[in-house]
Amino acid sequence: MPVNYIKLIEDQYTALGYSTYQWVVNEDRPPWTPLARPLAECRVGLVASGGIYVTGQVAFHYNDDTSYRVIPREVKTEDLRATHFAYDLTHARQDPNVVFPLDALRGLEKEGMIGRLADRFFTFMGGIYSARRVREELVPRLTEELLAEKVDAVLFVPV
Amino acid sequence: MSTLCLGTALDIMKAVYPPRGAFLNYPLGHTAGPPHRPDLQLRIIVEALEAFTSLTEPGQIKILPFEWPDGTSWEDDVLTGVDARQLRYDSPQYQNEEDRLRAEGVHN
Repeated sequence: MPVNYIKLIEDQYTALGYSTYQWVVNEDRPPWTPLARPLAECRVGLVASGGIYVTGQVAFHYNDDTSYRVIPREVKTEDLRATHFAYDLTHARQDPNVVFPLDALRGLEKEGMIGRLADRFFTFMGGIYSARRVREELVPRLTEELLAEKVDAVLFVPV
Repeated sequence: MSTLCLGTALDIMKAVYPPRGAFLNYPLGHTAGPPHRPDLQLRIIVEALEAFTSLTEPGQIKILPFEWPDGTSWEDDVLTGVDARQLRYDSPQYQNEEDRLRAEGVHN
């Protein structure tokens, strides 16, 4: 049975003495863009919020970090790192694919199930309590980046 | 561009209401699969990407047909588990010291 996270986290925050956490609830029907071409012809982008960075890059901090990292398509999987305060990093650090499915996507590109991966992927540390700062600071920049990559389809991988 | 949002928290995904969702009933921190299982990770992504074709109305969520390999007892652990979040440090939190040295070296 899917876990009821909203209730669980609300109870956790209440027990800690915080006022009720204001979840983002989007009421409006989301925008819809049908795939412009078959997946086998699509350029596919990847955005992940599990705090993935490449060794050599500055790591995320844990206090509403609205920065993002650019992960080049030719990165070595063994150079990927994970840092985040709100999930157990054990498996992500052993195998970053669990929150950044790069090997699987590379396999599908090679097989021809997707046309081509984007040249650059984007990652951030999703533990940001200010929804306003996500909307105002992070989202516009990621949108610009994805448009510059000319992706037809984007896979979002949250944690 | 067309988007697809994976996720392991169905109630949160419904609140977010993305154009397309693909829900995987796995523990937090495993949105794209279990560790060291490239075979299963590949199948998960294939099933997820299929949603670009099979979902036809905004807000639909495909339930991916996978159970956590070790069974479903992890769900009980979530409900009874301790809050394991770390403190919200405001300096970069490196996975290891080598990373910190590499990153700081670049900026010298």
